[in-house]
Amino acid sequence: MTDLPADLTRATAAVLGEALADKTISSVELTQAHLDRIAAVDGAVHSYLHVDPEGALAAARDVDGRRSTGETLGVLAGVPIAVKDVMATRGLPTTCGSKMLEGWIPPYDATVVAKLRAAGLPILGKTNMDEFAMGSSTEHSAYGPSRNPWDLTRIPGGSGGGSSSVLASFQAPLATGTDTGGSIRQPAAVTATVGTKPTYGGVSRYGLVALASSLDQAGPCGRTVLDTALLHAVMGGHDPMDSTSIAAPVPPVVEAARRADVSGLRVGVVKELGGQGYQAGVQERFDESVQLLVDLGAEVVEVSCPNFEYALAAYYLILPSEASSNLAKFDAMRYGMRVGPEGVEAPSAEQVMAATREAGFGPEVKRRIILGTYALSSGYYDAYYGSAQKVRTLIAQDFDAAFEQVDVLVSPTTPTTAFAFGDKLDDPMAMYLNDIATIPANLAGLPGMSLPAGLASEDGLPVGFQILAPAMQDDRLYAVGGALEGALTDRWGGPVLNGIPDLPTAPADRTGV
Amino acid sequence: MSTTTTHHQDAVMDYDEALATFDPVMGLEVHVELHTNTKMFCGCPTEFGAEPNSQVCPVCLGLPGALPVVNEKAVESAIRIGLALNCEIASWCRFARKNYFYPDMPKNFQTSQYDEPIAFEGYLDVDLDDGTVYRVEIERAHMEEDTGKSLHIGGATGRIHGADHSLVDYNRAGIPLIEIVTKPLVGAGERAPEVARTYVAALRELLRALDVSDVKMEQGSMRCDANVSLRAKAGEPTSAEQLAVPLGTRTETKNVNSLRSVERAIRYEISRHAAVLAGGGSILQETRHWHEDTGVTTSGRVKSDADDYRYFPEPDLVPVAPSRELVDRLRGTLPEPPAERRKRLQNDWGYSDLEMRDVYNAGAAELIEQTVSAGASPSAARKWWLGEPSRRANAEATDLVSYAADLGFTPATVAELDSLVRSGRLNDSMAREVLGGVLDGEGGPTAVADARGLELKQDDGALEAAVDTVIAANPDVAAKIRDGKVAAAGALIGQVMKATKGQADAGKARELILGKLQ
Ligand SMILES: [Zn+2]
Repeated sequence: MTDLPADLTRATAAVLGEALADKTISSVELTQAHLDRIAAVDGAVHSYLHVDPEGALAAARDVDGRRSTGETLGVLAGVPIAVKDVMATRGLPTTCGSKMLEGWIPPYDATVVAKLRAAGLPILGKTNMDEFAMGSSTEHSAYGPSRNPWDLTRIPGGSGGGSSSVLASFQAPLATGTDTGGSIRQPAAVTATVGTKPTYGGVSRYGLVALASSLDQAGPCGRTVLDTALLHAVMGGHDPMDSTSIAAPVPPVVEAARRADVSGLRVGVVKELGGQGYQAGVQERFDESVQLLVDLGAEVVEVSCPNFEYALAAYYLILPSEASSNLAKFDAMRYGMRVGPEGVEAPSAEQVMAATREAGFGPEVKRRIILGTYALSSGYYDAYYGSAQKVRTLIAQDFDAAFEQVDVLVSPTTPTTAFAFGDKLDDPMAMYLNDIATIPANLAGLPGMSLPAGLASEDGLPVGFQILAPAMQDDRLYAVGGALEGALTDRWGGPVLNGIPDLPTAPADRTGV
Repeated sequence: MSTTTTHHQDAVMDYDEALATFDPVMGLEVHVELHTNTKMFCGCPTEFGAEPNSQVCPVCLGLPGALPVVNEKAVESAIRIGLALNCEIASWCRFARKNYFYPDMPKNFQTSQYDEPIAFEGYLDVDLDDGTVYRVEIERAHMEEDTGKSLHIGGATGRIHGADHSLVDYNRAGIPLIEIVTKPLVGAGERAPEVARTYVAALRELLRALDVSDVKMEQGSMRCDANVSLRAKAGEPTSAEQLAVPLGTRTETKNVNSLRSVERAIRYEISRHAAVLAGGGSILQETRHWHEDTGVTTSGRVKSDADDYRYFPEPDLVPVAPSRELVDRLRGTLPEPPAERRKRLQNDWGYSDLEMRDVYNAGAAELIEQTVSAGASPSAARKWWLGEPSRRANAEATDLVSYAADLGFTPATVAELDSLVRSGRLNDSMAREVLGGVLDGEGGPTAVADARGLELKQDDGALEAAVDTVIAANPDVAAKIRDGKVAAAGALIGQVMKATKGQADAGKARELILGKLQ
């Protein structure tokens, strides 16, 4: 018998998995509890773009039925999940937070979604995001922002603010994310949840609407390190449909999370990711966590990665370049939005394409398409895209050198706690700087995790602690994360999320979908 | 200068006059659809002529989230083509995205190769009509995917201009293509159009021998874009003075879809360029459309250096890195080089140079080869293929191979016809009649002969066969009879009687011998 809270939505996925396995609860009961929670609070938080009660309950009934016949099921079978709206879901709307894809229902499942279904996780719905994953706040969602459950006037991070706020408001025990420059880790940091960007190629990209193909990586989001590891194990693994997928087994992430051991581990604090430009309360919580790792037996040293200075500039050339090409397919010819140019009789295909793209894309998407189109133009390619790729190589070399000295690198996940809506909307550079600590891992294709380090003393808002590891050593993230989480929870007397304010209950006003 | 004006208002200069003033330079880009079972980046079938949009999936429709996976078989075909064209094979190369918007291109970029082609720096030697050899230098052969096909409904021309609406069939989207690009072809002079035709014909023959493509120009599985430019004449086409003259502005005539059209379109463009240049005008760098019916090109899209495809390495695919072992293994699968094969076949079949050229010009070499291995004699195989079937293929403006394939008229059919003659059942004129019936779709040779009641009296047939054999075995005697020495026939009659074991009518035998030789 597992120790279940009275409110099932407060339980961890690991505990729920056990309660389902020993039939203390049913998946239908659990799924319904989450649907009730969504109905009660999502009006205030706006995490979901689409909720699928029928589909989720049908999947739950199916799992319950299979379990009753004695079928052996996976550890997460019956545990419901929220899926980021960037992942193609057969029969369920997939908008990527854009008007451009309003009403589009994919005829196929992303590989990750297919794996979730096969593992028996009922899909509660699709979570909000910045349009085509471009943003750090969900303010660029065409369907309105999600709110941070810690303070509804603040951003829940982005682009995966729907998934982070879902977890922090107990509207799902698990969620999926994608991380191109921090879209899993930064939302996790500002909501006191856990998120992992796996090694590039560790989780299939097939069926993820591409932002920047060489940077995008799908990953797991949870409220605990172990939950995140359990989901990571379900999502990961080789996919022949994704040429960039790595043909190797998922690293032993669950074992590492359970072991939660850092004794003798060499931990490097990245000199360039901290200090000046970082909020005092963020730095304070980070330093405290580093000290806890020392107390747990880790050997901590400072490590320098001098080329990280150029990471943001390189990222904002590579990402828009690839995005400008990836988003070219949204042309009104085969799916999604279609509008004609005003006042033109019998418009040409080109005129319809132009009018639709004008109407369908938001300003941030247009900004990046224009940036990318320019950066790839002949005569500019070498200076922009070419140079950015060279910086990428230098950053990978910095990581290589660092990992000769240490086993993992750590830093604050973000320079500040959650900012207020509108604070950075008119200043793209300020918005982009929010990802300064998360971007290097994407450029080098390395795994990274953010987990809660407590609340900043000046504003009482969550601080994220980032761990980075060499490629395909994702298990190290979980070993360190699990150990630190244990020490912090002991210190706090329970998970930091226990201290989150109660949410007002309000009916959902879900626009558009 | 003499110019004539077509109904498209383009002046053209007499061809010979144009060549007296200018030196033509060509560049040929040939797109070949590979006949792999599946598309370049997905598992969809590639069969031609299926119901529109029935051979599509998220990948080749460019649905959000779909990703490409390289067809290994297509890569192997590309390498074999490269090797057969005497190219270097890249040990590491990447795909690149060629970005531009077009309704029949699902992703609005074409996954192609840019500065890292799979094969580069090769050549193909082609035999011109007079037997001289021209070496076509190959710049590169690269892999890419085909686009969908737009169908413009309404309007008179079937072109987008004036159409009411357009439909797109994506069955073709993602079919593997190899683009083979020549270097600028210089030094051909007035024979430039012939060089182009013979190159495309030789390439088609090579690709057919490699068994990598259907190479049906009329179905678009092989398409030729012809670049033409003129420069001032400065001497003999291959002279140092001539080769030193800078190249002129080129035009690119798109989708020229038969061997004959390749030759005609280039000839036309040479005459048109010459008229423009001689009139003091300058050539606009543009694409041109070839009109088979009127024999002219018309202006298409203006090309300029501002055309910018924003190429960059395809991030959804990993590099292609064929191992030396793979390349060596594929080299071992190459067919006999066509030029060597041609010499061997000519020797085996005992054809004269002229006969062999006719066979090649008719595209009949493979057909004859298969007919001979089905049991026919080389001379009969040549006679039948180059006769009525070639005439009908020409009349239908198609090539012999496609004509025969569409009709189900096979080498075995021809061999059957020949065996009817050799067995003495049919004589030559009866066989011609049977052939006509077969080509009219009345059935196989034996069936047609039965249905039409065509049969030599058994005796006559056997006798005629014996006479043929004896004539063939005694060319010296036959020559004497041809020269009028009728008395020499006696020797042959004796041999015929011996061959028929005395069963033949000697008078009839004499009549037949003299009939055949006089
Ligand atoms: Zn397909």
